[in-house]
Amino acid sequence: MELREKLESLGEMLPAMPLAAFFVAWFLAPFVLLLFISLFDTPEFQSIGIRQYVKFATDGFSVGVLWDTLVLGFAVTAACLVLAYPLAILYVEGGAHRRTLILFLIMLPMLTSAVVRTFAWIVILGREGIVNNAMLALGLWSAPGRLLYSWGGLIVALGQIQLPLMALPVINSLLKVDPHLMDAAEGLGAGRWRRLWTVIVPLTLPGAVAGALLVFAASTTAFITQSLVGGGRIVLMPLDIYQQAVGVQDWPFAAALSIIFTLSIVAITYLVNSVARKRMRGVDAA
Amino acid sequence: MPLRAFRGKSLPPTRSGVDTGFPKGNATNIGSGALCAHGPSGFIINPLGKRSRLGDLTYAGAIWGIAGFAMVLLLAPTVVVLITSFTGEQTLKFPPPTWSLRWYAELLQSGELIDATWTSLKIAFWATLICGVLGTAAALGIARSRSTVARLLDSLFMSPMVLPAMAFGLALLMVFSLLSVRLSIWTLTVGHIVICTPFVIRMVSAAVQQLDVALHDCSLSLGASRFYTLRRITLPLISRGIFAGCFVAFLTSFDHVPVSLFLSDARTEVLPIKLWQILEASLDVRVAAVSGVIVIVTLVGLIVAERLFGRGVGVAERR
Repeated sequence: MELREKLESLGEMLPAMPLAAFFVAWFLAPFVLLLFISLFDTPEFQSIGIRQYVKFATDGFSVGVLWDTLVLGFAVTAACLVLAYPLAILYVEGGAHRRTLILFLIMLPMLTSAVVRTFAWIVILGREGIVNNAMLALGLWSAPGRLLYSWGGLIVALGQIQLPLMALPVINSLLKVDPHLMDAAEGLGAGRWRRLWTVIVPLTLPGAVAGALLVFAASTTAFITQSLVGGGRIVLMPLDIYQQAVGVQDWPFAAALSIIFTLSIVAITYLVNSVARKRMRGVDAA
Repeated sequence: MPLRAFRGKSLPPTRSGVDTGFPKGNATNIGSGALCAHGPSGFIINPLGKRSRLGDLTYAGAIWGIAGFAMVLLLAPTVVVLITSFTGEQTLKFPPPTWSLRWYAELLQSGELIDATWTSLKIAFWATLICGVLGTAAALGIARSRSTVARLLDSLFMSPMVLPAMAFGLALLMVFSLLSVRLSIWTLTVGHIVICTPFVIRMVSAAVQQLDVALHDCSLSLGASRFYTLRRITLPLISRGIFAGCFVAFLTSFDHVPVSLFLSDARTEVLPIKLWQILEASLDVRVAAVSGVIVIVTLVGLIVAERLFGRGVGVAERR
């Protein structure tokens, strides 16, 4: 009986098989090959070993690049969380007009390409850009600040580019929060701040976690924005991988970097998910 | 607000009468004596209540302040790009000292940009078509199932969204190089299909999960074949989800960089990479014009899609 049920459920999944086969061939297999190639000791593919990984740990440069990349991911995610919640709260509390406006504003950047948005940030943050000109005109700054090619500029630009990825899941899970809970909290004397921390945040955690993982993944791998807004001065994992693979043609090392990068992201995703799951008991999954 | 009355119950009657919005008639009737006796105390507000009111003010300020900043942040780049694209100058000075359409006219002369746009459109079309078909079928197969295999497949199909696309692009380049496949728009399409699949899976799955199973069962029990049921019942009901998924998949492919970075060569340059190269070399104003075209075309596309397929196309709601 059990076997028959299993077979039946497998039968229902039959339509998923073509895509599954496609993914095995063109998604899983490439990663396996990547792992395999990372185990060659030299760019000429001669001997097998873990030299590339030793090189990563000991060359005094690569570990810092990985660390910077992950810190950037955290910073952008934090910025997006801070910006997304007020937007979501205003969206949910608002009437039809305000909702349409906020949704339009959130969708707008999603509809324009990331290269375009990066380009916009160059115009805004550049030496003769809007911010610098405004600050100089107002007399607040005596000389143009270095906004482009700086960490601050990179975090703002990436935060803006990824904000929709955070705002939409947070709005979705805030819409699911029973408004009676807010009334009850208010009736019991909780002020608005307390309601935010004890009702809204815990109950929207699934949406925030989903958004955070997307933003984190997207900002750590955003090659174009990183290289244009960060400039050559800030080297992050994607640029490092690209230079090793295409510039230096050291495929084994590029592969090792990719594997380490991928595993770091997977580990962080897993960690965040499992911590969040413990705190989310009793909250509807998003 | 009336619920606040509950807090008052544990307090002395005089206070409870004062700081709550208790139904007025009642309060004065019941505690009229007490209230009158303490006449001026009608203005004394519970200190706790006062602090929370101050808190409420800072809260409103913070929420509106941050949200306002976020809205400006969301809108600014698009507006800046659109305005800059109409400059008459060689530089990206903002606001533009003079206005003209010269950069749009220049676009028509830029063969390389037009070629790159065609390549990107072709790849986006094929990637969307193939992952639309495969993804819809897959979502129909796994969206309702609670079995472990289905959950695993779902995670597999969603993982390109979280794993670094740079690593995947390099890996795919290695596969093609090992198989000695020449890079072409088809190798690029393969990569883009993987990258776009999560969007189709997510939106079609959401539509399938909202589907009323009874309709499907009715159709079967009334003698319709499985294929007929699929064609006449299921697909029309989830068509919005499919459309929304394909819409986002198309935009994603058109805009995607990391995989294309490794898989495109001189013959198959895609638009975002071409733009990136132009920007790396010099801050060419043509990029602003291309950006302007992209913004306008997507906006028009969205409006047309809304008119054709109804409110929101579910793009936002289902993400």
